[in-house]
Amino acid sequence: MTPKRKRLWLLLGSMGVLGAALALVLVSLSDNLVFFYSPTQVAEKSLPPDRRFRLGGLVEPGSVTKEDQGQVTRFRVTDTRRSIEVVYRGLLPDLFREGQGVVTEGSLSAGGVFLAREVLAKHDETYMPPEVAKALKDAGHWRDGAKK
Amino acid sequence: MIPELGHFALILALCVALVQGTVPLYGAARGEPALMALGRMAALAQLALVGVAFAALTHAYLTSDFTVANVVANSHSAKPMLYKFTGVWGNHEGSMLLWTLILALFGAAVAAFGENLPETLRARVLAIQALLGVGFLAFLLFTSNPFERVFPPPADGNGLNPLLQDPGLAFHPPLLYLGYVGFSVAYAFAVAALIEGRVDAAWARWVRPWTLAAWCFLTLGIALGSWWAYYILGWGGFWFWDPVENASLMPWLAGTALLHSAIVVEKRDALKSWTVLLAILAFSLSLLGTFLVRSGVLTSVHAFAQDPARGLYILAFLLAVTGGGLGLYAWRAPALKPGGLFQPVSREGGLILNNLLLSTLAVAVLLGTLYPLFLDLLTGEKVSVGPPFFNATFVPICAPLFAALCVGPFLSWKRSDLWPALRRLQIAFAVSVAAALIAAFAIDGRSTLAAIAFGFGVWLILGTLAGALDRVAGGAGAMQRLRRLPRAFIGMSIAHAGLGVVVLGCVGAGAWNLEAMRAMKHGDRMSFAGYEFTLRGVEEVPGPNWIAERATLEVTRGGAPFTTLRPERRLFTVQRRLIAETAIQTNLVRDLYATLGESDGQGAWVVRLYFNPLAPWIWLGAAFCALGGFVSLTDRRLRVGAPSRRRTVLPPAAQPAE
Repeated sequence: MTPKRKRLWLLLGSMGVLGAALALVLVSLSDNLVFFYSPTQVAEKSLPPDRRFRLGGLVEPGSVTKEDQGQVTRFRVTDTRRSIEVVYRGLLPDLFREGQGVVTEGSLSAGGVFLAREVLAKHDETYMPPEVAKALKDAGHWRDGAKK
Repeated sequence: MIPELGHFALILALCVALVQGTVPLYGAARGEPALMALGRMAALAQLALVGVAFAALTHAYLTSDFTVANVVANSHSAKPMLYKFTGVWGNHEGSMLLWTLILALFGAAVAAFGENLPETLRARVLAIQALLGVGFLAFLLFTSNPFERVFPPPADGNGLNPLLQDPGLAFHPPLLYLGYVGFSVAYAFAVAALIEGRVDAAWARWVRPWTLAAWCFLTLGIALGSWWAYYILGWGGFWFWDPVENASLMPWLAGTALLHSAIVVEKRDALKSWTVLLAILAFSLSLLGTFLVRSGVLTSVHAFAQDPARGLYILAFLLAVTGGGLGLYAWRAPALKPGGLFQPVSREGGLILNNLLLSTLAVAVLLGTLYPLFLDLLTGEKVSVGPPFFNATFVPICAPLFAALCVGPFLSWKRSDLWPALRRLQIAFAVSVAAALIAAFAIDGRSTLAAIAFGFGVWLILGTLAGALDRVAGGAGAMQRLRRLPRAFIGMSIAHAGLGVVVLGCVGAGAWNLEAMRAMKHGDRMSFAGYEFTLRGVEEVPGPNWIAERATLEVTRGGAPFTTLRPERRLFTVQRRLIAETAIQTNLVRDLYATLGESDGQGAWVVRLYFNPLAPWIWLGAAFCALGGFVSLTDRRLRVGAPSRRRTVLPPAAQPAE
């Protein structure tokens, strides 16, 4: 083989490996996207149960109740237009509070209750998840209160 | 007065950087030694000036000077001294100042230790370094001035985010930045080489120590961050594929690839233009990481408060650095002469495979991190890409990478044979397969993938060991051969084995962990993972700037007292924030991990327990990796002061097949 052909060969081999890997990446990307919805969008979309997604909004003031000696938390997530009941079993992040922004990941039950498998913590209490801010804006009730 | 001094020093530093970024470049183009020599003095002056600015801000923090807005926003007089100090970089402005300081430090280090660099190369490297400095200094001065005053000064500050008041996180940013910014030197060398139109073995020998040092710090920084997440977030996890974590992983992957491809340039004068490209990309990814964290464009488990103006500035800067670097590359790289030829099965071939797979990993992380951003821009839909994606891509790409990792060092340069290498690895291979089988059937059969990964971890350690033994063992003179092993080889072996230890730790803590949660009353007992846990009460404990509820969990094993765990919930009085403090008992083989949840008001407390086998190995292994890097750094060949002497005194054992 001439040096030129060898380099070509090597290049083709590398491209092959890279292409295969990229295909793998793209396939798993399309399989593993988790969409973010606000309570209004959930109501409009009629999502199938067991479909995993993220639900975000504000924790509705006065909606948080504890069950099973504090191990299970029930609360409502609202975008000020609609709200959805959420059940979560586990320790809540330290920043979970009524009236604060929250993002939860999980799926709807057949009865329309959101079964959260994860409640995401935020680094900073002045921080508002951008999706939540947008969802609130879309609902037409952007309040500055949550930002301070 | 002192804050103004700091502000003034920053302005002066910007002026010096402007001079340093232009005059030596011009001097190098015109061949004027006096103009080129200016770069060294300017680099040292820049370090001094940015140092003064950093000292001024530190002074403001230590003395709780509440006339400075930054101190008001992030400090409090009742904070412990350590966190007053680390609070300097626990915020946006201060951390950018730290970044600039480290950039100046690296610039000055090139100036101070680069004595035997060719004059034009040194002048150009220092000029590029200074231009990067201009970008950051202007960013500080125009969008995030840390020395801004407030009037009238408030009586006390707002305090530092309690999550950051922790020894692990206190030193996470400096280490991470040493890594990020260290790649700026590789970038500067790459751009300078493109301007010169010459990349050779000597160039690679100059670039490699800087890259290696940056890589070691980045490794330590990432490990420290992950350790912090492990014990502070209280979820028992150590890596969350959070955008901010990915932001640090991408430059690490690119840097690891660069580290390996630079060897090929140095030893065989091949892969030159690829190495230059990697150097540009590694630093660009560091900047991208900063952009992602600082601008708040991505939802992250831990994003700082965001500011669009700053994000826009960093984005523009990122485009200038990456675009400028790549543009120059497209223009000049064809001029780089291709070097040594080699067969696909050879050390070079192995290192190319390493580079291919590592860059694919970096691309996968990049895609997973940026895809939500693009989808949002294009369709307005909000998505997140979580751990399932990263697990699905990382595992299949890591498998060939790990498989090849132990074989590569056995191959000789230029052309080699696979079979002799594989024969010498057969014991390691057999033991690894056995380990995977034992893992699947005897330790924990929940996940086949975990068992295979366990086998890979064992393979990495034993395969590396086999490589080292191969160099040393066999007949007389073993001790002598051991002594004469090049430091670079010892370092490589430590780092590769360290990676194996990390893999084992990830398997243990990620797949074999046990978890239980229960509401417990005083005196309640619960059996978990072979231990019995009894709640002996919860008491209130005052701290310097917090009040804690501290639970006492008595742990017994088979009736005999074993240990006591004391998880806490701390209420930081200034911010009115609750932070859970986990209690971890480790014996370096497994962690017992407890977090305290809320009380139901009637005497019951939610307690969450984790049993994490091999968890400490994650950080232990990462420390090995960094240690390997540092050992390799002491190799004479890489010593910045003695870049060219090594060639002649290389012992034959170092390169058996040449």
